[in-house]
Parts: sequence; C-alpha cells; structure tokens
Amino acid sequence: MIVADRKSLQEILAMVKDDKKILIVGCKGCVTVCNVGGLKEVEILTSSMKIARKKEGNPIDIDINVLERQCDNEYVAEISESVNDYDAVISLACGVGPQFLSEMYKDQTFYPGVNTTFFGGATQHGVWEERCAGCGTCAIHNFGGLCPIARCAKSLMNGPCGGSSNGVCEINKDTDCIWDAIVRKKMEAGELEDLMGVKGIKDWRTARHGGPRRSIREELVQGNI
Amino acid sequence: MSELKSGSNLEKVLTAGHFAFTGECGPPKGANVEHLIEKFQYLKGNVDAVNITDNQTAVVRMSSLAASKLMIDEGLEPNFQMVCRDRNRLAMMSDILGAHALGIRNMLCLSGDHQTFGNHPQAKNVHDIDSMQLIALVKKMRDEGKFMNDEDIDVPPKMFIGAACNPFADPYEYRVYRLANKITAGADFIQTQCIFNMDKFRDFMKKVVDMGLHEKCYILAGVTPMKNAGMANFMSKYVPGMDIPDSLINRLKSVDKRDQAEEGIKFALEQIEEFKEMEGVAGVHMMAIEWEHRVPEIAERAKVLPRPVV
Amino acid sequence: MRLSYPADIKVIQVPCTGRVDILHLLNAIEDGADGVYVAGCLEGECHYIEGNLKARRKVNYVKKTLTELGIEPERVEMYNLSSAQGARFAEIAIEMVEKIKALGPSPIKSSHAA
Repeated sequence: MIVADRKSLQEILAMVKDDKKILIVGCKGCVTVCNVGGLKEVEILTSSMKIARKKEGNPIDIDINVLERQCDNEYVAEISESVNDYDAVISLACGVGPQFLSEMYKDQTFYPGVNTTFFGGATQHGVWEERCAGCGTCAIHNFGGLCPIARCAKSLMNGPCGGSSNGVCEINKDTDCIWDAIVRKKMEAGELEDLMGVKGIKDWRTARHGGPRRSIREELVQGNI
Repeated sequence: MSELKSGSNLEKVLTAGHFAFTGECGPPKGANVEHLIEKFQYLKGNVDAVNITDNQTAVVRMSSLAASKLMIDEGLEPNFQMVCRDRNRLAMMSDILGAHALGIRNMLCLSGDHQTFGNHPQAKNVHDIDSMQLIALVKKMRDEGKFMNDEDIDVPPKMFIGAACNPFADPYEYRVYRLANKITAGADFIQTQCIFNMDKFRDFMKKVVDMGLHEKCYILAGVTPMKNAGMANFMSKYVPGMDIPDSLINRLKSVDKRDQAEEGIKFALEQIEEFKEMEGVAGVHMMAIEWEHRVPEIAERAKVLPRPVV
Repeated sequence: MRLSYPADIKVIQVPCTGRVDILHLLNAIEDGADGVYVAGCLEGECHYIEGNLKARRKVNYVKKTLTELGIEPERVEMYNLSSAQGARFAEIAIEMVEKIKALGPSPIKSSHAA
C-alpha cells in the first residue's frame, strides 16, 4: 500500500499560521494502515496543534473528519456542506487525497499533512519498507520474485554493483542489497543460469518517465471518458 | 586475434602479448586545464593508456569526454569513462559518437558510485540502463553499426570496450559469474578495483582461469600505492567495495610516518612483480590518484619501462 | 405466438440483463457452450434504467478476452429488443444459431465430445 510520513509540526503549523478555524481530514485507507493519517493520528495532530497555538497565545479552532477514502469523489463529496466554513483544510491522506479535494472544492485551500513516499508493506509492526516503484512493467519473476527496480539504489537489472558488501548496499548500512538476495536465492536454488547473459533493456514508457498515467476499465466506464 | 576492433594503443599492446601498464588521472574540479596538463606529463610515456574518470565518487569534475580530448592533444591515449548514473541512453549514444569523432578509442563502462557519496547528494540519478547493458550497447554500435533502436549509424564508433570488476564485493561466489556476463556482453578488457587482499585475489583469479575467461578478455589488476596508514584506514571505512587487510594497515603503521609512503610503494611493487607472473593477468592498472608525479618512479622501479611501441 | 426457434438454445431468464455478470458469460464458455448471447431491452428502454447498457459493456469485455485467447469473439453477443417483439426474438435465435453452426463447435471441446 501507499506509505507516508507525517510532516513536522513546525511545517504544518507554518501552513496555517494565519488561520483561525481549520478542518483536519483523515483517511481510512492506506494512511490508517501505516498509522499516519487515520482517526487516531488526526486526533493527535489536532491536540498537538491546539497545544502549540495556545502556547503562543493564538488559539486555533479545529474540526475533524475521517473519510472512507479520499481517492474517490463519492466520499470526497461527503464534506461538501461544511468544507467552505474553514479558513483552510489539512489532509492527512496520501498525495492523492488533497488533490481530489482541491479539484472538487476549488475555493478552498488544502494542505498536505503528510509526505507520501512509497508503495510498500509492513515488515514488522511499525516498520514499512519500499517494495514497488510502479514501473508499469512488472518482471519480478525474472529475479526470484524480488524487484531490483524498486529495491536496488541504482535500479540495476544486472547487479550487484561493486559496492555490495556483506549483503548491504553501499549507500547505507541499513539498506539491504537486493541483488545480494537475488543472487543468493538463485545460487541456493541451483538456478544460477537464470542470471547469466544480459537482461533486456527496460522500456520506461510505462513508468512515470512516460508521463502521468491513467488506468481504464472499459467495461465499467459509463459514457465517454 | 585478427583485425583490431578500435586500433587503440592499449588494444595493440595487449593483442601483441605485452604486459600492459595503464594509469589514471582525475579531471579537475573546475576548468583548470593547466594543472591537468601538468599531471599528464608525469604519465606520458610511462603508461599505455590513462583512465580519465567520470564524476568519480559522484563529485562533480570536468567531463571525462573533454578531458580525454585534452589528453589526446597532449599526445597520450585516454581511457574514456562513462557512468550510468548521470546519463540516459540518448546522451550515452550521443557522447560515444562524439568521443569517436574526437579520436577517443578506449571506453570504460561503469555503473557509477551512488550520488549520496558525492558533493551533490540531492540530485536525481539516471540509471536508464546499467553497465552490463552499456557494454552491450557499445558493442552493438561498433560491430553492428546500429543504435539501440536498430537504426543504422553512418560511421560506427570504434571503441576498445572496458569494464570494471570488483573481486572483493559480495556475494563473493558470484563475482566471477558477473565477470563472465560482462565478457559475454562484449567487454574486451577489464580493470579490477584496487587490490590489497592478495590471498582473495589469487583465489579469484584461479576461478577466472578455470572458466577460461582470461582467454576471452584481457584482465588488468588494479594497484593503488598507499600514501600512508591514514589513507588505508580512510579507504577501508569510507570507499565502497574496498577490502584492505589489517596486515597491510599494520605494516604501514609499523614504520615512521615519513617512511609510510615508501612502504606503500614497496607493497605495490611486490604486487606488480607477482601480477607479471600470475596466470590470467594481462597487465596492471595503476591508480595513483593525486599522486601522478610518483608514477614515473614507480614505473621505473616496477621495471615496466620503456613502454612497448606497437 | 407459437413461433418456433431452434432447440439448440437454453434460455436463462433474468429480471434485467444488468444482472448478467462477466463471470456468467465466461463460465458458460468454460463449461462448453459454443455460444452465449444476452438479449436485453432496447437501449433507452431499460426498466432498471441502464442495466442493458452495462450488459453490453460486459459482453464487449468478454469478446476482448476471447480474442486474446484466440477464440472467435462472435461466440458471445449482445442483442436488444422489447418484450413485445416475439418475432424478433425468434429471428435472433435463428441468427445466432446459424452463426455458431458456421463457426463450428467451441475450440475448447475435445474432438470426440458429443
């Protein structure tokens, strides 16, 4: 799922420093799962901001709401009655949420409360790691089920590079070298021949490099797109 | 070996069966051509070709392409380097054609150290293709006369294709297979990462010879003379892919600070003597970075002078 | 109306063709049907507003899938008619059966199937 990290309180407070009444909107999707933008986190942010503003003698009025998802207009529409009652709105959803909000409510200002980072999963409670770069042409089965595009710092298709040491990437001792893992997996399975030769050059058109993307299910679209 | 692939001096020296001796030079962190040309003079006549690095360790320097041309103008032969970190396939093919047009005939294809090591860590990296694919690309351009998209090139670039090899990186057991892949992709010569752990390198070369790789490609062993114990320590900790045995660090520490450089050179000379006899090793690549002025002396003491004229 | 239509057709009644799912069509082919067609109300006259339009989109999806698999997309078809058009119903039935007979048995059936 999509993983994000909350922006610092300083950054968020600076966004609304001149505002007296705001709405903080959370999302029950990915950001709830990675504990950064669900109901609990919305409440924590609200309290933190109220504390900060009380401290500087400039109290702030904060309402909260948590939508099923902020990436579907039918849910985004649920706040239509009250959205313009606020000076500004902070969304704790991933980067998609505040954009859908901005597109539907053109007269309101929406601030992103989180920095959206990657597609990943929880490797242990409280820790999420990147697994997918959204390249649009998934070929992990060619690499023992592991993705070098997302998990190699240099996105090598014929790795590892000369900087791989003790299974760790040269850039950071906390980063595993995915190529070390791919090679060991293949060696242990006796499938080293799968890594011989030169892997084909990637067509980056299906990735973000080809421009902003869209995904269509023709059987579900009503009318024209 | 029949017809020459590029006609470069390095290719001729190796093809004729001589023990090659190449050097290295880093371009300036600016447009200081004068100092660069000064460095060239130490190497002139003492090596068969000179590697000219490409934003090495992701620190911005004058481009390898430009510095290579300056080198040709001074009468030396460059080993033009290209890393995959900073260029996409369009820029790569474009620079390869430019390099050929400027008279460059040796090219080293590398991945490139990650930009977080360098002085502009905020940059986006490219890695459109990797070093293995770049080797294959240069070979395609040279031998088939085609661009990556199979369109014809009017005058194909003739490059003697080089690649790097790090026998000390992990997984160790896989390194010889990766070398085999680079040779399959089209590498004509290989320069290894600087060697300090001789035991490990001897073991690696045995595997290389067993696989017959030395017969398909010229392998040059990398040597870097240590200036002092501090340098050995620094490289061991901060330079990716290094394997520096404690025995060497201790050997350097055991002598007075003033004598450490000489000790470092002595170690390098011992290595070179062994490499001359080691099966599968076709030459030495001397990386005396920012120590180019010692190269004439080292070459003399290593008894690799005069360099063969083919 | 006592018009006859071929006995080769098994009719499955639904309250609205919107109820027909992609899976129903695929399962029919999977289980050996030589052809499947969906007969819905005339466009604009669906009792449930748009059920017949959705059905047409689903039929198009299945046609695409069959094409990808190398099976003739004509084996699955969408027709529109009103419940008053008895003669048209028989006409469609005959048309569909003749088309399928021309295509031959479904390629997924083994050669000795009855």
